[in-house]
Amino acid sequence: MSRSDALAWRDRLTPATRMGLSIAVATGLYGISFGALSVAAGLSVAQTAALSLLMFTGGSQFAFIGVVAGGGTGAAALGAASLLGVRNAVYGLQMGRLLAPRGVWRWLAAHWTIDESTATASSQSDASEQRRGFWVAGGGVFLLWNVFTLVGALLGDTLGDPRRFGLDGAAVAAFLGLLWPRLRAREPVALALVCGLATAVSIPCLPAGLPILLAAAVGAAWGAWHSRSAR
Amino acid sequence: MTLWNWIALACAMAYATKLIGYSLPERWLTSPYMDSIAGSLTVALLTALTVMNTVAAGPHLAIDARLGALVAAAFALWMRLPFLVVVFIGALACAALRLWF
Repeated sequence: MSRSDALAWRDRLTPATRMGLSIAVATGLYGISFGALSVAAGLSVAQTAALSLLMFTGGSQFAFIGVVAGGGTGAAALGAASLLGVRNAVYGLQMGRLLAPRGVWRWLAAHWTIDESTATASSQSDASEQRRGFWVAGGGVFLLWNVFTLVGALLGDTLGDPRRFGLDGAAVAAFLGLLWPRLRAREPVALALVCGLATAVSIPCLPAGLPILLAAAVGAAWGAWHSRSAR
Repeated sequence: MTLWNWIALACAMAYATKLIGYSLPERWLTSPYMDSIAGSLTVALLTALTVMNTVAAGPHLAIDARLGALVAAAFALWMRLPFLVVVFIGALACAALRLWF
């Protein structure tokens, strides 16, 4: 394909399609870090691939392996992953209204309902563009996220002791990177400080995994209280 | 239960949560009250995961190379570098600190 052909092809893509594709590439690529961190946490390559294929919601996947890496129980990992996935219910509600998918498409739309597909669809004002944005971002991220998870898992598996390559530092950076965009206002920063302190103080006192759930309880109470006092 | 069972259960929960949104009456979830709780819950969980991965060493607290990774990552994020670069810098800082000390 010549350069002008490529440009002509690009022009034929609608804004929603282009946005969906670029989000798919950016997000899909960091599937590498999920794959590598997951095997470093002690999961097998197959378990890692299963999480990306079936759970398919990045934050919850990182939470699940993060708890396992910290020595937490499967139940604590399940709790943290499920709580972090709660926002997907809100996304599902928005997307259900926007796309009104029918039959088998409804089941697939639910699976592909994540931060990226919801954001792409919501950023468009035209109904057909919203639909295109959702399916391109959702399908694109699903494909690339799974491919790069597998690449990361296989790489991590061959490299050996992950601490030698600072992979535990990569996990710290990944979680901070997921948190960072949510710290734009003073109120979430205050909440983060309280929860960070509660987690650190409770690590020596509570069984592994529970400090996370304690922080979740603090967060939920904070949200409830803040919403009532704002009214 | 084996880890495989917990994975299966967690995946089922994740899918059920997404599907619930497509099935529930709108007024249940789109209230400022629920928005506020969902938003705070996310910040709380991500903070706890960051802190735990930085200072937890089994049931104890430890200050080690991971704290350097946290500082380096924060600086990279403040510089508005992309996510993948931030993760790479975190790993690099951690590995370098371990090599030196």
